[in-house]
Parts: sequence; structure tokens; C-alpha cells
Amino acid sequence: MKATVIVRLKREVLDPQGDAVRRALGTMGFTGVGGVRIGKIVEIELAAGDRAALQEKLAKMADELLANPVIEDYEIVLGS
Amino acid sequence: MKAAVVIFPGSNCDHDVLHVLRNVLQVPTTPVWHRERLPSGIDLVVLPGGFSFGDYLRCGAIAHQSEVMADVKQHAERGGLVLGICNGFQILTESRLLPGALTRNVHRRFECRDVWLKREGESAFSRAVPEVLRVPIAHSDGRYQIDAEGLAKLQTEGRIAFRYCDPRGNVVTEANPNGAMVNIAGIYGGPRKNVLGMMPHPERLAESALGGEDGRSIFEAVLRAA
Repeated sequence: MKATVIVRLKREVLDPQGDAVRRALGTMGFTGVGGVRIGKIVEIELAAGDRAALQEKLAKMADELLANPVIEDYEIVLGS
Repeated sequence: MKAAVVIFPGSNCDHDVLHVLRNVLQVPTTPVWHRERLPSGIDLVVLPGGFSFGDYLRCGAIAHQSEVMADVKQHAERGGLVLGICNGFQILTESRLLPGALTRNVHRRFECRDVWLKREGESAFSRAVPEVLRVPIAHSDGRYQIDAEGLAKLQTEGRIAFRYCDPRGNVVTEANPNGAMVNIAGIYGGPRKNVLGMMPHPERLAESALGGEDGRSIFEAVLRAA
């Protein structure tokens, strides 16, 4: 089974990388770009199992390694 | 006094710290690979600078899960001395031995130059340290961030170790090289401020032959404390 963990910087944390991309887009002539935020997508191949248990396992992975709760939020998308 | 320097894949300041402890200060020092246990009888554990595990995922994120860190945590919780320099500081925040997080420099540049630091809170690390000292920095992700409640706690408990300042000791915005909250360059953690994390590299300015000795004072303070 494939799971995806999306990790985003919390809204209140400044994202200099996103800001650099926003400026570059402006330089390229794209208008109307208000803001850019950059996060990470972690795709994980998992042995199939009970969905609730997998969800719990993924949350533990995210809490302990994939995301830093001080500055990041995460979202788990469990595939079929 | 015995010290250990932990080496992760990608550490690159490990030998600088080993040199300062062994050859400048005559402290028996053991290098410890990240998959080893911490030897017994160690007073000071140093997590050196570098790019542990290539800074993959987040700086320090993978290193904080390595085998040796369980022993480092236990050492810190028992009141043992731990010094994390640059990437070592990032590993300490990732492992929650220190609060807050180190994020990308506000201007996105890698900063590699000498900065001035103002010594703030007192601890075993600060006793021999001048009030204003010059120490080099070399990092892209050194912007210290913490929530308002955490910052208030650092301030009231005297857990801010160093703040970036001008050469006269004035803590001003212009002296902040990375956008760190209230110019924080280093903080204390642990039950008796026995854990110090700092972005600047004291091991790089610990001998007059290298252009300055201010950095040595941090190691000397620890020698006196042990």
C-alpha cells in the first residue's frame, strides 16, 4: 500500500525558500502570485494491513522523524 | 575530566573539536561513532558541526535518531555536560534536548564569518567566558525560532546563553547574521543548564595561531566545572 505524508511549514514560520521562488516567478513575468510556500511530500510503500493501525503507524513516523512539530504540520494520505 | 566527540556520517568539525580538547586543553577525548555506545566515565559530550546524514529531511533530523543519541539523552538528563555546535545544536533541538528549532537563514545565504557574541545566562559553560567574544559562524540554517511561551521561559530562567551583538556588546538587529529570534546564538537546556547548543564554532578560534582565542574560553569553563 502506498501512503503519502505531506509536510508543511506552519503558517507562522517564515519560508525564505518559498519567498525566493515567489520573487523568481515575478521576475519571469508571472503576475498575481501572492505567496509561495514550499513543503515536502514523503511517499512510503507499506505492507498492507488494517487502515487504522497503518494510520497510527504513519502518525508515529511523522511525529518522530518526518516532521518537526515545532515548525511543521503534516497530513497523512493513505492510498488504496 | 574526560570528553567524547560524537561522529555522524557527514560531521566535518569533529577533528577540530578533537584537536582543541586533546592538544590545546590536554583533555583525554574519545571519538564515538554514531552507532556506538557512549563510553562510561565521560564528563563532556560534544556533538560537532557538519552536515550529518547530508542534512536530509531537516538538519539534524536523522542524526537525532541514531543509536548513540539514547546515551547522550540519558547523560544530559542526569545533568552531564553536552555541547552541540552548529549541526550539533540542530541535532539537540531535533532531539528535544533543547527547545525551539533552527530554520533557514532569513536572507537564504550561507554565512561564513566571524561574529560577536554577548554572554547572557550563567552556567558551567560560561564561567571563563568574556562578556563579549568573537567566534566564527558557518551555516545556512541558524535562524533560531521558538514560540512566545518558550521564549519567555528561556528569558526568565536565564537559558539564553549567547546573543549576536556588535563589537561593543550591543545586541542590535544589524549584528544578527541569520534573523534569529531576539538575536539568539545559543541556549541552555537540561536540569542544570548542562546542555549548551550554539550556532557559532568556538573550536575554530581557540588558538592564537588561528587568529583568536575567545572560543577556547568555553572549553576552559567546562574544564573548571568538571
